[in-house]
Amino acid sequence: MSKKPKSMMRRIHGMMFKLPLMITCEQFEDFILAYLEDDLPKRQKMLFEIHLKMCRECREYLEAYRTSIELAKDAFTPDDANLPDEVPEDLVKAVLAARDT
Amino acid sequence: MASSFSPDQKKAEDDAEVQSLRDGDLRATETFVRNHAPWMLALARRILKDEAQAEDAVQNAFASVFQNLDSFEGRSAPKTWIHKIVVNQALMLLRKRNRLQEEPIDDLMPVFDENGCRFEDPWTVLETPETIFQQSQAQKHISALIDQLPDAYRVVLILRDIEEMSTADVADALSLSEANVKVRLHRARAALKRLLEPLLRGDAI
Repeated sequence: MSKKPKSMMRRIHGMMFKLPLMITCEQFEDFILAYLEDDLPKRQKMLFEIHLKMCRECREYLEAYRTSIELAKDAFTPDDANLPDEVPEDLVKAVLAARDT
Repeated sequence: MASSFSPDQKKAEDDAEVQSLRDGDLRATETFVRNHAPWMLALARRILKDEAQAEDAVQNAFASVFQNLDSFEGRSAPKTWIHKIVVNQALMLLRKRNRLQEEPIDDLMPVFDENGCRFEDPWTVLETPETIFQQSQAQKHISALIDQLPDAYRVVLILRDIEEMSTADVADALSLSEANVKVRLHRARAALKRLLEPLLRGDAI
């Protein structure tokens, strides 16, 4: 992550996010999980969405965050149709032997 | 999974399966083991990242299934019940390896300035899962990145986002508060986003 010297835009953001109905990116971060689960109280949801409209960084961050969840799901999601059928014989034998006693 | 069955037919089939296990029918038991072992192994592997330990977890899970057949009341599908047992057995082995301690992942967390403003390099490109999965190694590469997360976070991400367990069930399985599960899930996702960034920004694997 490149921490560039403070740009004019960044200073303006810093001041803007202190205004009424504004939250900082750090507060926005704390709301993300609840927002995605539609678990935010009405007022916080509104504050979250206002910030989302105003802040390029958070908008892009959230988009990448969402896409990475999708990627994880797609890469790992259990798909019964694609599972190999073969089970280690030792395992089957051990399970059945334990069952038999 | 036989999706062509109606729920009633599926339930009748499940009941018959459980009953033949209760009766101690060895052939039915073997069929049951062969049918369920593949997905149980896949689940245990995802949690434990170790083939031998995954097999141990599955063997223990079958033992627990057989031991508790009488208390299985059929309120949920057998697969849901068995899923929970495999998760618990795998977590037990993970705990034995002492791998569920909270480890720092601060290096992978988002960065803010003193005003609480986010540092985020502009995203000129954000690849979609469809284009990323066109690369043949994508699945393997992403799995390997998920495996890089510290276990305490990785396991929460797997159980919540991949196995789609509820927050309450994950909290229960890990003996954590629901609030703690939520914090860990968010941190795990944020860390994973950071690890996936090159891929998301269009770098080839």
